[in-house]
Amino acid sequence: MNQFLRNLTASQQVGALFITVFGLLALATVAVVLLTVHSQETQDDGTRAEQARDWRQLLGTSWFMVVIFWLAWATGEAMATLLFALIAFFALREFITLSPTRRGDHRSLVLAFFVVLPIQFLLVVTRHFDLFTVFIPVYVFLAIPVASVLGGDPQRFLERNSKLQWGIMVCVYGMSHVPALLLLQFPRFNYEGKQAFLVFFMVIVVQTCMLVQHVVTQRLKLPPSLPGISSSFNWRTWGWGVMAGSVLGVLLTFITPFKPPQALAAALIACIAGSLGHLVMKALKRDRGVTTWGHRGRSTTGANGLLDRVDALCFAAPIFFHSVRWTFGASA
Amino acid sequence: MNSPLSPWAAKALGWFLLQFVRLLTGAQARWYGCPPLAEQRIYFANHQSHADLVMIWAALPQELRAITRPVAARDYWMKTPLRQWITTAVFNAVYVDRERKEGGDPLQPLEEALERGDSIILFPEGTRGDGDEPQAFKSGLYTLATRFPDVVLVPAWIDNIQRVMPKGEVVPVPILCSVTFGAPVRLAPDEERRAFLDRARAAVIALRDV
Repeated sequence: MNQFLRNLTASQQVGALFITVFGLLALATVAVVLLTVHSQETQDDGTRAEQARDWRQLLGTSWFMVVIFWLAWATGEAMATLLFALIAFFALREFITLSPTRRGDHRSLVLAFFVVLPIQFLLVVTRHFDLFTVFIPVYVFLAIPVASVLGGDPQRFLERNSKLQWGIMVCVYGMSHVPALLLLQFPRFNYEGKQAFLVFFMVIVVQTCMLVQHVVTQRLKLPPSLPGISSSFNWRTWGWGVMAGSVLGVLLTFITPFKPPQALAAALIACIAGSLGHLVMKALKRDRGVTTWGHRGRSTTGANGLLDRVDALCFAAPIFFHSVRWTFGASA
Repeated sequence: MNSPLSPWAAKALGWFLLQFVRLLTGAQARWYGCPPLAEQRIYFANHQSHADLVMIWAALPQELRAITRPVAARDYWMKTPLRQWITTAVFNAVYVDRERKEGGDPLQPLEEALERGDSIILFPEGTRGDGDEPQAFKSGLYTLATRFPDVVLVPAWIDNIQRVMPKGEVVPVPILCSVTFGAPVRLAPDEERRAFLDRARAAVIALRDV
């Protein structure tokens, strides 16, 4: 079996990976649907129905992610970058909607959406990695408040601008590091054409961490460690999640350019960054008094915003990218 | 404007505009007080931006969009041939004069549209507001309500659109917007003009926080 997989070309290997993942997801979906039907027949109490809805939501997110990554891989690097640029666009739209911008910010917003975002992703696709890592933290850091100050409105100036810059850092800068992984090249390891595995590795590890954390939270029903920020977050369940993600990372060593201890370290870094980033975004939502970044009034129906689904990735991607790049001397 | 291409061009432009508005704002409709029914209605909403007209048009479902005509200020929307073409061919707008001319009845085009059985979208403030609260409503809504007692009056709150395109700006930015439709308002048998207009305005403002 192993020998057979090794003999396939890089793209056949990636294809096989996606077939496996789609198959597993399909099985999980069928199982959840059957369970839901069963619980409806027996007319169980509300908690069971609530759990089923939770599961469906998690499955929905997983399907969404996998389809996105399959599309990203299948359509090539340029299309993949465009896809992530679109995700960044919609995520930033959600973020800005809940930030208190004023009329004087209009020019900075135009700058953020129609200049900064396209340039950042263009830098990825043209492999200007040195500029790509400093463009937003150095140049845009000044450009945004300058555009804002020219609007001539000093009221809550720092608050408005820092929120806008935060949104750009999370949604644009963070998200742009996911397609950047597709372009990494490793000097001492023949990994050409298999970078999609690296993206897959990071995403699956982070998602597993979040999923296990979620499931353990439901099972153990531990009191929240930070009740002011999240009604579900608990350090012990968080530990389980990070551990599960890291173990999976070791098991997936064969699809990465890493050795097992390196895979463990990379997975650990991605999991910690992703799950804590998700927690940080929860604090922002609490502050705004909402449960989701999506359309207002939708939170009761259980539908989520895009940013709720991708925020862990936005925080994990830059840290994962740079850790890998520096450890392996990888270049563009 | 009368070239044989224009119906197709108008359809294409309408489709493009709809996708564009959805991309920028999400164009979410929230039907709180009434379902989206194909009965004859007057939708009346707060007015903060010229994009209000496009927003509420985009938020309506396809079937209602075809039978609903927004009311557009003649002085702004007839200024250039492009604006006029968009409002006529795409939105099928009813034009009104914001400044009363000698001897003319500014409501006449609206009455003609209502007599034909169309629904209309009205901004009773008459002009774009600058503050958080809508300005006092002008009397047109009351007049139409007395002359067309069978037409259902639906209040609507357009949220966030002034952030997408504030007064004086030309480039819109992407921000999620929504249109909330409330429970219909009825004119009581012997209700005074001012009392009714204030009640209608309060019904619009009440939708801001639901």
